[in-house]
Parts: sequence; structure tokens; C-alpha cells
Amino acid sequence: MTSVAAEIGRPRRSVLAAAWVYLRRHVLTIYSILFFAYLLLPIGVVAVFSFNHPKGRFNFTWKGFTFSNWTHWNAIPGIQSAVVLSLEIAAVASIIATGLGTLMALALVRYGFRGRGTTNFIVFLPLSTPEIVLGASLLTLFLHMSSVIPFGFWTILIAHVMFCVSFAVVTVKARLVGFDRHLEEAAMDLGANEWTTFQKVTLPLIAPAILAALLLCFAISVDDFVVTYFVAGTNTVTFPIFVWGAARVATPPQINVIGIAFFVIAVTAMLGNVVLQNRRAKAA
Amino acid sequence: MGLGLFHRHRGATPYLLLAPGMLWLAAFFLVPLGFLAYQSLESGSIIAGFGYAFTWAWGNYSSAVRGYTGEFERSFEYAGLATLIALVVSYPVAYWIAFRGGRWKNLLLLFIVAPFFVTYLIRTLAWQTILSDHGLVVRLLTDIHLVSPGGRVLATGTAVVAGITYNFLPFMALPLYVSLEQIDQTLIEAAEDLYASKWRAFLRVTFPLSLPGVVAGTLLTFIPAAGDFINAQLLGSPTSHMIGNVIQSKFLGLQDYPAAAAMSFILMAIILALVLVYARAVGTEKLTG
Repeated sequence: MTSVAAEIGRPRRSVLAAAWVYLRRHVLTIYSILFFAYLLLPIGVVAVFSFNHPKGRFNFTWKGFTFSNWTHWNAIPGIQSAVVLSLEIAAVASIIATGLGTLMALALVRYGFRGRGTTNFIVFLPLSTPEIVLGASLLTLFLHMSSVIPFGFWTILIAHVMFCVSFAVVTVKARLVGFDRHLEEAAMDLGANEWTTFQKVTLPLIAPAILAALLLCFAISVDDFVVTYFVAGTNTVTFPIFVWGAARVATPPQINVIGIAFFVIAVTAMLGNVVLQNRRAKAA
Repeated sequence: MGLGLFHRHRGATPYLLLAPGMLWLAAFFLVPLGFLAYQSLESGSIIAGFGYAFTWAWGNYSSAVRGYTGEFERSFEYAGLATLIALVVSYPVAYWIAFRGGRWKNLLLLFIVAPFFVTYLIRTLAWQTILSDHGLVVRLLTDIHLVSPGGRVLATGTAVVAGITYNFLPFMALPLYVSLEQIDQTLIEAAEDLYASKWRAFLRVTFPLSLPGVVAGTLLTFIPAAGDFINAQLLGSPTSHMIGNVIQSKFLGLQDYPAAAAMSFILMAIILALVLVYARAVGTEKLTG
């Protein structure tokens, strides 16, 4: 009966009404596509302006197409050393932070001990403190210790490890919680001691989480500006600090080049991971 | 024999595992907070050449509030607005990915976090370009009379809120997605079987079940947003500066450490208070359940 009613109704429907029905059905999809366009718009702008040939000091208006910013990415004095420093700090900080964080996660998930709640709270605290307070408090510490640790590489490294540790703990913990402990018990039953069990069973199983923590810490460290700005002192320039300094006097398109290069590398790595996950899911 | 050794070590193991990380956090997170507190109660002047001395100078706190009420208010107003907009804007998308994403979920999530892979400052500079006086957005808004001819978007509070919203959007969208994704679809179907309309089923079933994500998302967005100074610096003007700008310039420009330290503590205290009030209003039983 309803189909009859629909058939009678159909010829009367105008194109506008059909469009309205279509819109209503797909409103969420259309909205989501617009949302993603908005989300990716600035990235597109950065990419496009990396090929700009600006006339003045600022890279705000389109003046013409060129590849030279990409071929001469390090033509701006100081930009190359800033990029290298950022990568160095991120590499060292992410390794230390992931190491410390993995050990802490193991303790927090595996053992019941006095002070566990407090430990969880202290780990959580840096994540819920505004960056500017983290930076400011470290600055006051380092001001009192400047004869022991001069401002520069080491102060930045210390700061980055500090705010990365909590992220590493959270990431590894998430994996450990869903861990089947029978696998370890089986290894122990078969005569493996604690260390061998950890090496041969536990470590391979939590390796993906350790890798994820490593990459997360690396990404956070490379991108950090606020805390770094507070503890860097005046002569040590990471890439974000370079951009900040540049933003006041001139914005060379090389900044965009490096931003997009980082972006492409990171997205490629993530896409690879997505493909891998999908393949693994299919195999399972 | 071996078992005895195993048990004896077991008591110390968690503490040994924790020690390096906890020492790091204690030395470079907790101790610095102590230094900051100490510094906030110092008085004196660096210009006089004697540096600062600890004098229980509680006056730093009252003068920080009196002198910078506007900046404090703006910080929480902008952060609150940005959080609210981010929630409203990203909820439908998180919903769409969770329920309609299918096998594209992981790829769509990658799109959500994509902005994070472009350096924060470069992202914000891109908004400077987009919102600039001769840019497309201003022309469009002028055409529909939302901006008066010759008016600007850049260097206004609107631009600052827009920048903050954009920059912290993934912090909102991801927890929303996680909580929506975990919802048992059969519960929604049950509501519809019991003659709830789609909208009513959403209001009474889906939304309450996604509340943990709403809470996590709003906190993850609001806390960093309230302390932010980059958006106000790059997209705003001195009349739209937030307390972060003042703290930053007092610490690194004017070297007025006691005042800046006092402001940092006030900022933290207000954030903490708001979070507690918020957690109570939403109800913690909803968070854990």
C-alpha cells in the first residue's frame, strides 16, 4: 500500500523536493566532507605557498610559481641548523622518554604496590598543566641552576623528556592492559626465567606500543614551541623557534617547504601503518 | 630456592621500574613548580641590579589580578568559546566516522590528526594568510555584509578564537570518536524498536553514552587553550591578548619573574577550579560508567 502511495506521489515531486530528500539523507556526509575541507585548508595553503615567489619579506600574497624554494630549502641562514637541532633533540628525547615511560607503564600495570594511585596522578599531572606553566616553572628552575646547566641543548632535552614521559606511559599502558598474561606464565612454566620471559615474550608483544610511543614523543618534541621557547636561552634555535623569530620580520617560503616535508613524511608513515593494520586485520 | 629469590625481588621491582621516570618527573616537573611558587612570592627589581629576594610578597598575586583582569577574562572567554565551537563542530563528524566510517575509519582518523603533522606555528601562520585583509574570507564576509567594507578579521578576537578552535580541534574530535565508537549499536536499535524517534534515541541513548568523550575532549581542548598565547600573538592584536601573552612577555622580555610566576599560578588555580566544578556538574559516575 505504501508503495502505491509513493508511486502516485512521485511524479508530483519537483526536482527541488528530490534534492531536499537527498540532502536530508546525506546531510551528515556532506557536512563531514566540508569539515575535512576546513581541516585541510591551512595545510593546502602552506603547500601552495611553498611554491610561491614572494616579492617582499612576507609570504602572504601569491606572486608566481617557482620550484626554487624546494631546491634551495636551506638558503635562509640558520634554517638548516635549526632543523637539524630539532631532529636531534626529538630523536634523543623520544628514546629516553619512551624508555622511562615503558618501565613505568610496566610497573603501573603489572604490580600492585603502595603509592600506585599517587604515581598515576603524578604521571597525569603534566598532561593537564598548560604548557606555559610547564615552561615557566622549568625556566625558574634553570635560572637557579644556570651555572650547572647552561641554557641550550641540555635544558631543552630535559624539558622535552619531561613532557614526553607521560605520553609514553599512557601509550604503553593502553597496550599492557589488554595483555594476555597466560603467555608469560606458559614461558615460565617451560623453564624460562623472568628476564628471558620478558625478552622473548613480553617485549615482542608490546613492541608496537613502544614504537607508537617513540613516534608520538618524536612528533610532540619536533613540534614543541612553548616550553622550548622558555628554556632555550637566547642562542639555541630549534625549528619552531626559528619560525617564531621569522614570523616577526619575514616569512620565507622555505619555512613552508620544511613544514610540508615534515608533513609528507609523517603522513606517509601513518598511511603505511593504516595499510599494515588493515592487512593484518584481513589476515586475522 | 629460586622461587624464594623471585619473591624477595618482587617487592622492590615496581619501585625500581618506576624510579628513573619518577625521579625525572620529580626533578623537572614537581621541583620546578616549587621554584615557581617561591619566585612568585619574591619582590625587588632586576633593574636596580640586586635581583629578587623572597619576602612573602603576596601582593604579587593581587596586583596580577588587578592589573590584568581583562587578559584573564579574555583567556577563559576565548578558551571557553573555542571549546564550545570545537565540540559542536566536531561532534557530527566523530559520529559520522564512528557509525558510518566502515573500513575507512582509520584513514578518516588520519585526516583528523593531519593538522598535527604541520608545525603548530606554521598552521597558525597559514590562518594569517587565509584571514588576511585582502584574502578570500574577508572578501566573502564583506560581500554578505558580515564584515563592514574596509573591516578586517585578522587582528580581532574573532580571529584568535578561530585559530584556537582550529588548532585544538583534533583534541576534541578524537576522544569523541573513541567514546562513540564504543557504543553498543544494539542499544540504539532497542530504543528505536521501542518507538523512539531517531532524534530521541540520540538524545536519550547515544549522547549520554558519549559523555565520557565529551568530558575528555572539552578538558583536552580547554586546558591548553586557556594558556595559549600563540594564536593571540599571530592572529590578534594587543586588545585581544590573553594572559599567556602577558606571562610570556614578563618572563622572557621584561624579566619580571615574580609577577609572571604569580600569574602562572593564578592561571593554574582557575583552570583547576573550573575543571573541578565541571567534573562535579557532569557527574563523575557518568564518567566511570
